[in-house]
Order: sequence, then C-alpha cells, then structure tokens
Amino acid sequence: MRKKQRKHWVKKWNFTFPSKKESWIPWVLLAPSLTGVGIFILIPFADVVRRSFFNAVGSEFVGLENYRGVLENEAFRLAAGNTVRFLIVCLPLLLGSSLFFGILLLNTGRKSGILKSGFLLPMAVPAGSVVLFWQLFFDQGGIPNEALQKFGVHGPDYMNTPKAFGVLVVVYIWKNLGYDMILWLSGLLGIPDSLYEAARMDGADGLKCFWHITCPLLIPTAFLTGILSLVNAFKVFREAYMIAGNYPHDSIYMLQHLFNNWFLKLDMQKMTAAAVMLAFILGLILIGSQKIEEKRRTNM
Amino acid sequence: MRKKKTAVRIGVTLFVLILIFPILLLAAGSLMGPAELKESYGSVLYGSGGELQWKLFPLYPTLKAYLQLLLDSPDFFVMFWNSCRQTFTVLAGQLCVGLPAAWALGRYRFKGRKLVLYLYMILMILPFQVTMVSGYTVLSFLKILDTHWAVILPGIFSTFPVFLMTKFFQQIPDSLLEAAKVDGAGTWEVFFRIGLPLGMPGVVSSLILNFMECWNAIEAPMTFLKTKSLLPVSLYLSNITANDVATAFAASILIMAPSVFLFACGQDYLEQGILASGLKE
Repeated sequence: MRKKQRKHWVKKWNFTFPSKKESWIPWVLLAPSLTGVGIFILIPFADVVRRSFFNAVGSEFVGLENYRGVLENEAFRLAAGNTVRFLIVCLPLLLGSSLFFGILLLNTGRKSGILKSGFLLPMAVPAGSVVLFWQLFFDQGGIPNEALQKFGVHGPDYMNTPKAFGVLVVVYIWKNLGYDMILWLSGLLGIPDSLYEAARMDGADGLKCFWHITCPLLIPTAFLTGILSLVNAFKVFREAYMIAGNYPHDSIYMLQHLFNNWFLKLDMQKMTAAAVMLAFILGLILIGSQKIEEKRRTNM
Repeated sequence: MRKKKTAVRIGVTLFVLILIFPILLLAAGSLMGPAELKESYGSVLYGSGGELQWKLFPLYPTLKAYLQLLLDSPDFFVMFWNSCRQTFTVLAGQLCVGLPAAWALGRYRFKGRKLVLYLYMILMILPFQVTMVSGYTVLSFLKILDTHWAVILPGIFSTFPVFLMTKFFQQIPDSLLEAAKVDGAGTWEVFFRIGLPLGMPGVVSSLILNFMECWNAIEAPMTFLKTKSLLPVSLYLSNITANDVATAFAASILIMAPSVFLFACGQDYLEQGILASGLKE
C-alpha cells in the first residue's frame, strides 16, 4: 500500500516537473512550430535587421544612414504622423464607446444576447465584402449627403478631403466595437456585486460607484483591450485599401500604405530600416505596458 | 426604473440596427435586378446622374444577380475557390503544427517555456507590414512567390492559434490528467483521450477566429501573389468596373456568407476566443 502511495506521488511529481529524461518531450512537440516560425519569421527578420545597416547591394556597412533616409523622407513623416494621429483619436474613442455600450448592455438586463450579436457581427464581415457599402455611403452623393440635401444642406465630399480621416475612424469603430465590448463585459462581470451593494448601503450613487469601484477594477481590462485595439488598428488598412486604393487622400495615407508603395518600388533600404523601427517601437509599447501592469498588480 | 431600462433598451437596439445597416443594405441590393439597381444607386455607382434612393426592401426581388454570379462569372468562381483552398489548408496546417506546440506550452514546465511564450506573443501582435520584407525574402528564396503556398505557409506558422490553444489547455484541471496517468494512460493517450476533448473549445475558437482572419486576408495575397487567377475572393471587389455593378451586391453577400455563417454557429466560441487572446500569460 505504502509503495503504491509513493509511486503515486512520484508520478504526480513527474507530471508537473518532468524528470531530466523526459525534458525533451515538450521540445519535440514544439519543434515543427518553432522550425516554421524560425524559417518564415525569425531568420529572415534577422536578415532584415542586418540589411538595414547596409547599402542597397549589401556590400558596404553604412551605419544608420538608411534610418536617417527614412526619417528625413517626407512621405514617411506624413504617414507616421497620420498613423499616430489615427491611434490618438481612435483608441480612446473606441475604448470609451465600447465601454459605454458594454455598461448599457449590462443594464438592459436579460436577453441581451441578440443585441450582443449585433455588436459583434461587423467583426465577421470581411473588408472585401462591405467596401461597396462604404462607397455608397461616403460618396459625394452618398446616403448621408442625400439626406442632408433634403434639408437644403450641401454635404461635403468625404473621400477626397481631409474628412477621409473621419471615414477611416468610423470604419474602424464599426468593425471593432463588438470585439472591445466583449473584453469590457468580461471585466465588468468580474467585479463582484457585493462591492456595489456595500457602496450603495453607504449611500454612493451610480456615478460614484462607477468612479470608485468600476474604474479602478477595470484597469487591467483596459490595458488588455488597449493593446488588442492597437493591433487591430493596423488592420484598418484593409478597409482603407479597399475603399481608396494605394494612394488615398493625404489625410489617411498611413504607414501601411507607405510600406506597400515602397514595396512596389522595391525600395528595400527604406523598407528594412522602417520595418526594424516599427518592430522596435511596438515591442517597446508592448513590453512597457506589460511592465506597468505587473508593477500595478504587485502594488495592489 | 423600469421605464428607464426600456428606454435604454430601445436606444441600444436602434444603435445596433445602425451597425448592421450596411449588411442589410447590401442584402437588399443583392436581390435587385439591374434596372432597379441603376435606378437606386446609379448616381453613385454608374455616375449616371439623378438621385440616390436607398431601400431595404427591393420592389422586384429577384435572384438573377446570384445566378449570374454563380453560373456566368468564372472570375468570381475561381477566386472563391482560391479562398477556400488557401483558408482550409492554412487551418489544417495550423492544427497539425499548433496542437502539439500548444500542448507542450500549456501542460509542460520546462526551461525556456516563458521565453517561447513571450516570443509567440510578440510575433502575434506584429502587424503584417513589419514582416513584409522578411516574408518576401524567404518566399522568393524558396521560389514559391506567386503560388498558393506563398500565402499558405506563412499563415500556417502564425503564432496566434498556438497562443490561443495554449490558454485553453492550461485551464484543464491538473487532477484529471494526473488521474489518467495514474490509471496507466501514456503520454499520447492523455492527450487524445482527455486533453483534446477538454481543450476542444479552444480548438474551435481558434479555427473560427483564424478562418475569419484568413478569409479576410488582403495584405498577404496582395503582396505575395501577382497572377490574377490566384487571388482570393477577398480582393474580388477591389477592382470593380461599372459592368460588374449588377452582380457586385450579390458578390458582397456571397463573400461574407461563410464568415457570417460561422459567426452565427459559433458565437460562443468566438467570444471565448476573443477573451483568451488576451496577452496575460
């Protein structure tokens, strides 16, 4: 009996901390995936980093020359500026509106399943299929302008003026509202009701509850949602490309367009340097936000 | 209190209707005949002057556009078939490669595990543009540019499905797996008899999310494919001419149909997947 018991514990121990002899198993399981990632992403990217410091033919080390070329490039400045502007406008707007609707949805009580589906549905709609609608909508004689016409107001041309920026914001929010709402909802549902009840007993009203209970407890969710929204923000290029092609109005000429056009021109020096910079900045944002989050958690 | 709730409900419902308005409008347009389309949307799509009159209910509903698209447009058919081939091969590959990897990351403790997880997490969120040049280099080195494989292979080794399934495998309670091991189940048996069935929600949500991603692929095919007959259907409407307008609405609906169908069937899994794609380890 005792022997059996011991055997049991040894087995348990082995499962959670496999012995040296078994430590190769996870690596064998990981091997196909790691090999593929290595071949298709890591090794070529390392090569890109190397090439970003060399001249076009790859024969001469030029230091940071390529990087300077990119930073001084006018198209790059325009595109980087637009991308940053897009992120600064869109992220707070998306996070705010999805939280707002998430809270509203929770307050409508039961049977809100179908409404949630409605919010999520745009996520399932490929950019390539809804483009026709955006064209109908944002054309000079499109749906909103036609309605304005009835009141005698002459609507603006959306696609060929700085208003194109607004178009992209609308499309991005339309697509991601449901996605972010799901994330918020899980955060909101994770807050125990007892906290609200206790606060209400102490005489706190709805707004106070929101500021002092909901907000602080939602910070981890906010981080997560923010990062995922940032990732999705780069995918808005799909819609932008489908609606306006390779050379849209200046106000929505983003880094993604620029990369694409450099690629078509085979401007490898600029591309490699810009790709390294973009990866670096995104890596910093990711690691930074993780670190801040971790610190906050340990302080709690 | 009651009244307020109803008011909020009505408000949210109206907003949701606005959100799905594009889809409804496209669906309505897909059922219109060419004449009606021209009359309604001609001012924008044909540039034929007059006023735009949108409607959610066609006056003379007809399936003509669908028939024409399915029977008479080889282009559309080829591109749709390309999308199917690319998407399903990618999904199958992701399972073959990703399942064992996710099992290793989710159920084993080993040196370097954290490092691999962090690496996968970063790769998962990098936008396509960052890996565009490197992808191009390796694909041209392997001489598979401008073939289906140029889209398929990088798709298979996307790290997102691995990350997602890892999270679901991690949630399986230890006790179940231990019990199986004590009963004498081998490593394989534990995976196939217990791990896989219990991790199924993760597999399904990974399949759904990645299906939507692949079906919606624009950047990769645009960059790595040149031959028109290889392009997926997601790019079908990118160069539409006035002649195609009559079938464009029906095409829109057919392009979104598989994705929306999956959404309707697996919304729960989709939500679980979204929640699990969080970056916390």
